[in-house]
Amino acid sequence: MSANTVTAGDSVRFYDLDEHAHPEGHSTMLGFWIYLMSDCLIFAILFACFAVLGGNYAAGPAPKDLFDLPLVALNTAMLLFSSITYGFAVLQMQQGKVKGVQLWLAITGLFGLAFLGIELYEFHHLIEIGATPQRSAFLSSFFTLVGTHGLHVTFGIVWLVVLMVQLGKHGLIAANKRRVMCLSMFWHFLDVVWIGVFTIVYLMGVLR
Amino acid sequence: MSADPHAAGHDEIELPHASMRDYVIGFVLSVILTAIPFWLVMERPFSAGATAAIIMAFAAIQIVVHMVYFLHMSPKAEGGWSITSLTFTIIVVVIMLAGSLWVMHHLNTNMMPPHDVSQLP
Repeated sequence: MSANTVTAGDSVRFYDLDEHAHPEGHSTMLGFWIYLMSDCLIFAILFACFAVLGGNYAAGPAPKDLFDLPLVALNTAMLLFSSITYGFAVLQMQQGKVKGVQLWLAITGLFGLAFLGIELYEFHHLIEIGATPQRSAFLSSFFTLVGTHGLHVTFGIVWLVVLMVQLGKHGLIAANKRRVMCLSMFWHFLDVVWIGVFTIVYLMGVLR
Repeated sequence: MSADPHAAGHDEIELPHASMRDYVIGFVLSVILTAIPFWLVMERPFSAGATAAIIMAFAAIQIVVHMVYFLHMSPKAEGGWSITSLTFTIIVVVIMLAGSLWVMHHLNTNMMPPHDVSQLP
């Protein structure tokens, strides 16, 4: 045991007690990823609700009577296109082109708006024919799940517009690059959630 | 802290690097993995059970494609913490989904008496 004894005056230190200097925003990407994981839990709960309640029609309309698959396919295409156009914005950012980033962000926003427009049209149509959230447990869980996703897309578009303004004012500074990458994660994450929505809600619903 | 060796070379944060190749591969795979399930459900070449199994498998594959090619997920991203938190989330989600479905299925089959009008008081 005597081998481990450190004599006084010895400058051996076993622990790094000083805090390192960290550049601003060094943990932002990981922090944002963990936020997305918590968002993932929200969607998981809503998916569980839908999976449990999705068959309770209360003698009301079933997915077969309500869902228009070509329209859902068009909606899916809009979100998929917006994913790759966001990718082009990130590529423009890596080449340091502010105008290119803004242009591709704008195109992404337009696809996002098209997605929202189609979804709102679908919701409006459903409510008009009496398939409201109050009609059955299936419709309550459907509107909650798909509506929450739509709300996320809405806030994503708001963020997109704010980011375009920030890029216009400050250009491609480190903070703005970080923001572009965070919104990139958010946007692609919403597309991942949509894969679950169109598979479980629409395709499996029509199949049931 | 100006003499701190750790600060050197860290002024610019390393952002995940994306490439055109990744986005194009991801997009093409996504289109294929989306189109086939829609076609299967619209045209119904297989039975409902088989179709359900296939589209669930396609969804799972497409989620992985998005994670890898669009979200730049890799075991090395953020020193492994991204994949650690993702794994934890998947475990929680699987427990929650499977548990909810299992419990509620049994509740439905065991607690719901068959509707027999003649037995009503």
